[in-house]
Amino acid sequence: MKGLGELERSIMDILWAENGPLTAREVGRLIADRDLAPTTVMTVLDRLTRKGFLTRTRDGRAWRYEPAASRDAYVAELMLEALEMTGDRSAALQRFAQAVSGSEAEILRRALTELEE
Amino acid sequence: MIAAATLAALATVCALGAWRLTAARWTWRAPRAAILLWQSLGVTWGLASTGALLAFALEPFGRGIVHGLAYMGHHWREPHDFLRIAALLGGLALFAVLSAVLVAAGAQTLQARRRHRLLLALIARDEPGVPGVRVVDHPGAAAYCVPGLRSQVVISAGTLSLLSADELTAVLAHEAAHVRERHDLVLLPFAALRWVLPWTRTVHDAHASVALLIEMAADDRARRQCSPKRLATALLRFGTAAAFATPHGALGASTGENVMARVNRLVKPRAELPAHVRFAIVAGSVILTASAPLLWLLPG
Repeated sequence: MKGLGELERSIMDILWAENGPLTAREVGRLIADRDLAPTTVMTVLDRLTRKGFLTRTRDGRAWRYEPAASRDAYVAELMLEALEMTGDRSAALQRFAQAVSGSEAEILRRALTELEE
Repeated sequence: MIAAATLAALATVCALGAWRLTAARWTWRAPRAAILLWQSLGVTWGLASTGALLAFALEPFGRGIVHGLAYMGHHWREPHDFLRIAALLGGLALFAVLSAVLVAAGAQTLQARRRHRLLLALIARDEPGVPGVRVVDHPGAAAYCVPGLRSQVVISAGTLSLLSADELTAVLAHEAAHVRERHDLVLLPFAALRWVLPWTRTVHDAHASVALLIEMAADDRARRQCSPKRLATALLRFGTAAAFATPHGALGASTGENVMARVNRLVKPRAELPAHVRFAIVAGSVILTASAPLLWLLPG
């Protein structure tokens, strides 16, 4: 049995791959690990909903779950922070270096050519 | 009166020292010692400026700051003349604001990191070629660490294709240095100070200077394990990576200068400051840091 973190990830992958919202039972059927107890799937879906990664809607007696945002949107959020483009230059991350603009980039490019000779 | 005057003088010396230090270049030849000096200037400035106000306010009690405050709290006395009450309120307010902002900055940073970690757990993958490093599938060039008790080093897929194997090793060594020396904790108070005094040029420059010194310290650590030239070319490649062109001045204007400064240090290293000079800087920092708390405790 996989850890909860690993399971959260596989379930998000399943839901990102789907076009519409799924019930816990449908998610359970799509998951690779067949021995998984249905309650475990429910628990993880609930956790992901509480963390804000999933939204759920009532469908008869069951809940249907779908991702709150696309995978690409989350990748973009990570990269905006990584490239310090969120506006608030916080100390949350330690970046290696940043891209520079226009004329400065030209100076760096020339330095790079010199170094590589 | 002597304690108040001494503390006021100390605060002024720290402010002037910080102002001079923002323009200094010798710091690049001993980044670690310079970082220590910056930290002691920051702490001492905070304690000395609040202390000067409090020392003046509590002077009639003749007990110094710490014991004077305790005495005042115990006996429900307050200074009688208006100027001293104003100084008391000013000193306490300044102290409260500085501490509160530091705590708030810490909390905000922790929260941003927690969110970032959650996203990484769902999105980032492991790459067999670079064990222990998380990879985010994005064509832009990014390499960073998320500091914490269990720090994570993260690179983008764009970085993997941008750099050669040697350059990647150099970048990872640089990030490992940040992780090991907890540079994020060094920078946090300076980032916090910028919240309190956003319009102050010196505070802004101080933050930038310390940020650059931290990068240089990590470069120095990395070059012990990898080729400095490869670290330099990696820096230049990152700087010119146009995959994510810089929009609407989100980045500081000095970014390019900073990259060149780091590259020049790596390619044409100037001698490190002599050991006795570095020792003098460290010793000076320690004495400076001890001075303000001592003046807080001193009676009269």
